[in-house]
This record gives sequence, C-alpha cells and structure tokens, in this order.
Amino acid sequence: MTARARLVLFLVAAVVVAAFFTDACAHLPTFGTPDHPYGDRAVAAALAHRTANVVSSVNFDIRAFDTLGEESILFGTVLGATLLLCRAHDERRRRARAESVMPTTRLFGTVLLPVALVVGVYIVAHGQLSPGGGFQGGVILATALHLAYVAADYRALKRLRPLTALDVADSLAAASYSLIGLAGLVAGGAFLENVLPLGTFNTLTSGGTVPVLNAAVGVEVACGLIALLAHFLSQAVELTESDRHENGDA
Amino acid sequence: MNEWLVGVALAFVVLTATVAVLTRDPTRQAVVLSVLGLGLAMLFAVLQAPDVAMSQLAVGTALTPLMILLTVRKITREPARDPARENRDHGEHDGTGEEERG
Repeated sequence: MTARARLVLFLVAAVVVAAFFTDACAHLPTFGTPDHPYGDRAVAAALAHRTANVVSSVNFDIRAFDTLGEESILFGTVLGATLLLCRAHDERRRRARAESVMPTTRLFGTVLLPVALVVGVYIVAHGQLSPGGGFQGGVILATALHLAYVAADYRALKRLRPLTALDVADSLAAASYSLIGLAGLVAGGAFLENVLPLGTFNTLTSGGTVPVLNAAVGVEVACGLIALLAHFLSQAVELTESDRHENGDA
Repeated sequence: MNEWLVGVALAFVVLTATVAVLTRDPTRQAVVLSVLGLGLAMLFAVLQAPDVAMSQLAVGTALTPLMILLTVRKITREPARDPARENRDHGEHDGTGEEERG
C-alpha cells in the first residue's frame, strides 16, 4: 500500500470514528454531576449485597466474570514469562554477588519492609470495605518484598522468596477463583453467583463471596508478580552468556 | 477548588505523557513513565477513584519502570556507563563474580 493510499484510508476512518465519538460524547452525562445512572444502580446493588466498597462489589460480584478474565490474563502472563525467560542453552547461571549498601539504605529497608507487607495485607483484607482490594494489595505485597533487594542484595531477596511455593500458591489461587464460581453453580445459582451468607454490613466478613474472591485475587497477584519479577531479575542479575561476556557486567 | 486540582493534574499528565513519547532512550523513558504514573495516580485520586489510583501508583510508578530497567540492563551488551567498575572487573578472570563490592 502506498503512503498516499494509507493516508486516505486513515483520514476516511478518522472522520467516521470522529463522527460517532462526537455523537456518543454528546449523550454522556455532564462531567462531575452528583448523579450518574450506572453509579446509582451499582451503589444500590452493592448495598443489597452488604458490600461497603462499591468498586469491589462491581469487580467481585456484579461483574465477577470480567475479573476472572483479568486474573487469567495475569496468570497467562506469568506463565508465558516463566516459559520464555528460563535459562537458555548458551547461558550460564552465576551466583549473584554480595553487595554492600549504605547503612541508611539498609535501615530504611529494614524498617519499611515489614510496614509495607502489613499495609499490603491490610489492603487485601479490607478490599470489600475501603478503597483497595486483591489487585492493589497484591501489587503492594509483591513490590514490598523487593525492598530486600534495594536495602540488601539479591541473595537476601532470594532467601525471602520461596519461588516454588509461590508458583504453587499462584496456581492454586487462580484455580480457586473458578472453583468458587463453580460452587455458585452447584449451589443452584449461576456461575460466580454470590451464594455465601452476606453477613453484617461493613465488617470483614460482609459481602458473601466478595472477600473470598478478593483474597484469592490478592494471593494470585502477589505470588504471580513476585514470580514474574523473579524471572526478570534472574535474567538481569544471574544469567550470563557463557563465553563471550564472562568478564562483563551482566 | 476541586476543578483547579483536576485541571492541574490533567495538565501535568498531558505534559509528562508528551515528554515520555519524545524521550527516545529507554532508561530515561522508564524514569519519565514513573513520573507519569505518579501524575495519573494524582489525577485518579482527585477524580475520586482511589482504587484505580492505588493500582496506578503500584503498577505504573514502581512495577513497569522496574521491568523496563531490568530488560534494558539485560539486553545492553557493553556496559560503558560505569568505567571504574568495568576496569576493575577486567582484572578478574575467573568469572564467578563472587567478590564483595566494597
């Protein structure tokens, strides 16, 4: 295709998209209004299932099937990275060297690592009550663990990170999401229907399946991201090409 | 007041996103992306979407730049940025990389 034909094709497509986009935007509710048709219905549905955080109710109850797709994408990503970033035939694994860090950095990491882990667990556990949830808390847990790499070295991080156990936990958590969904089917409802007792509003156990699915996603995201970063870190820190770059800094 | 905050956050996001596109070096781009992630998190927070702001802060500001930096470190062939360290490493031919750094 010539450059000119490509430009013509783009301009025609752009005009069509622009026309439909302008028309769609003209029908949107105005920006920042207090009432919103979807918001009002979502809040009503969340309150009916005694879930205080409406966003978690949308993610893990009203549209739990979408979240199954999202967590499967993450699981597939981790699986793909694990397969692609394994040690190749012409690569050699060398032991990461022990690094010395500034005492202030070490102190910063030592103090912050447990605090960040507790914050991560808190955000996962309170996902159905306050802003946050399995995904956010899981990412905080995964990144918090890597403070060990910042404050010490790769060896310290490796000691803190039982990779096999994390891989197993990642798979189990990903599978348990579907199993909870099937439990809804067995209980006589639909796939991923909220069949558990709803509990008291605004407590840790309120919301039926929402806290359970939320915890499953939290475990899956935390373990999956640690495994993902482990393969990236191992590529950058541990693996070297066998002969040519032995003296280089991999 | 709130409109001003939204405007400032939006302008910051547009500015850093443009800088991120115009930066060609992946290492610098990772840093700019990190700042862009912070700006987006601020924007989501003032738009009353704290859940999204938290994901954005963790993924966009920490995780993505880290993965870009690790990838760049892996695929860079000649590490010419730190000549002192490179020279020191040339003195050592066993390739085990076991010595203490300092």
